Amino acid sequence: MRWCATLVGTAERPAVTDKRTTLEDMVTELRSGMTIGIGGWGSRRKPMAVVRAICRSDLTDLTVVSYGGPDVGLLCATGKVRRVVCGFVTLDSIVLDPHWRAARQGGTVSLTELDEGMFYAGLQAAAWRVPFLPTRAGLGSDVLVVNPDLRTVRSPYLDGPFADPEDADVELVAAPALRLDAAIVHANRADVAGNAQFLGPDPFFDELFLGAARLRMVTTERVVENGSLGEEGPLAGVKVHRLLTDAVAETPGGAHFTACPPDYGRDEAFQKEYATSASDPDAWSAFRSRYLDLDEDGYQAAVRAAGDRR
Amino acid sequence: MSADPVGITRAEVCVAACAEAWRDAGEVMVSPFGTVPAVAARLAKLTFSPDIALTDGDAALMVGAPPLGTASGELVLEAAMPYRTVFDVVWSGRRHVMMMASQVDRTGNQNLSAIGDWSRPTVQLVGVRGAPGNSVNHPTSYWIPAHSTRTFVEQVDVVCGVGYRRAAAAGPGATRYHDVRLVVSNLGVFDFETPDRMMRVRSLHPGVSPAEVQDATGFDLAIPADPPTTRLPTPEELQLMREVIDPRGQREREVTG
Repeated sequence: MRWCATLVGTAERPAVTDKRTTLEDMVTELRSGMTIGIGGWGSRRKPMAVVRAICRSDLTDLTVVSYGGPDVGLLCATGKVRRVVCGFVTLDSIVLDPHWRAARQGGTVSLTELDEGMFYAGLQAAAWRVPFLPTRAGLGSDVLVVNPDLRTVRSPYLDGPFADPEDADVELVAAPALRLDAAIVHANRADVAGNAQFLGPDPFFDELFLGAARLRMVTTERVVENGSLGEEGPLAGVKVHRLLTDAVAETPGGAHFTACPPDYGRDEAFQKEYATSASDPDAWSAFRSRYLDLDEDGYQAAVRAAGDRR
Repeated sequence: MSADPVGITRAEVCVAACAEAWRDAGEVMVSPFGTVPAVAARLAKLTFSPDIALTDGDAALMVGAPPLGTASGELVLEAAMPYRTVFDVVWSGRRHVMMMASQVDRTGNQNLSAIGDWSRPTVQLVGVRGAPGNSVNHPTSYWIPAHSTRTFVEQVDVVCGVGYRRAAAAGPGATRYHDVRLVVSNLGVFDFETPDRMMRVRSLHPGVSPAEVQDATGFDLAIPADPPTTRLPTPEELQLMREVIDPRGQREREVTG
């Protein structure tokens, strides 16, 4: 990666590659037409700073792979998306994202709709470099009808020591590997070397998104020195080790307005404003100029100002 | 709405009916969607199904059955249950989910993805979510608070949760653990315990006639000659619902008619 520099080492702390970069440089690495995985779940710990940076870029024609939340709605509303791969799109406290509804009902984006567990199996398959993983999830449902490219697979264990007589010859869904050109996740903490830590209750599938991707990018509330994450919280929360990352950017408030516990909860008032902005073109254009036609610092200032007004 | 002379509401009848879904469930994770099922799961845990495991709605299993709306800081937690682990539980079969449905049909298919043509829906809903996987891996029931010809349809627009006919067509991989157990609505309790696995009335809530439920249903229901009446909540269950689990009466806001 061109942004990588090598830190000067000492006897106590040998040199590691410094993966720090900026938000804008991260987005520069993306290309129109790419398949991009976005971590988090629903309206929870989404890498929204990168999503916003994509919104104001000239990227287009993206395939977005996501446990969908406002990342999907925003990218669709700003015309960045050709296809979405997901099992749902929700804002959690607001069940349906009106921007996503508008995109679907207007026919402006294509959809690969997968069972959310099949989606997990697909990320895992990509991270393990196998073409598919078998699962029952999807059998009998319209997931196999609306995605005619999905295939099933039969168990090869018809007899012998590994055969389960009740599942002999069983036909299962071959959940396809969801290989990503790029993945973006947002962590509570990360270090300069690209280890990343989750301090909230659910790490979601973020390390699998990174494992499934060629270009792997982490944003975080705060970057610390290599070797210091243990002081921030349990090492068991460092689900992302540096073998999974290419770049790290510090973006305080980078998951706003989605929830990023324990650093901050969901900004429900702002989320409502986001949802309401889908109601008519004027409202959307006002939202866009107030919050999206700005760099990240400008966005964070506008959010603070909006909070003060409320 | 009063269902009987002692002031038991329809919502309270629905809570007890949903709780029955988990009677004798043993040690399984119970995942209720909607307010009435959330009250019902707690009720089941506090009475006849103490071993069921309930999540805090986030990423942990909680001890006991605290009241609806208990602040997360006040919950006592017993184990982590992040989404990745939820799928382990789903695929192990140790779960009984009660999902909601925008549509359900006579063979037990459920839809929460889209209304109209999937390729360009009239109404985009939340998505298939985990319904396909749930329905072929562990017991799955549905809660539909507003029983009507719009929700009980001949054929759902998008098959998310898999019904009996679809599962059979998909083969043993789908049928081995398939178990669409109950559909509970504001009018009655329904199951698929017929020779052809078509939806039948298991019981009608007090005050609901066979004609009323058939009129509100978009297909021919199997209705026994003398359909049973859904049992009333016991005094102990009413006390738990009203004073312990849901003192603010949120259950009443979910049930119409």
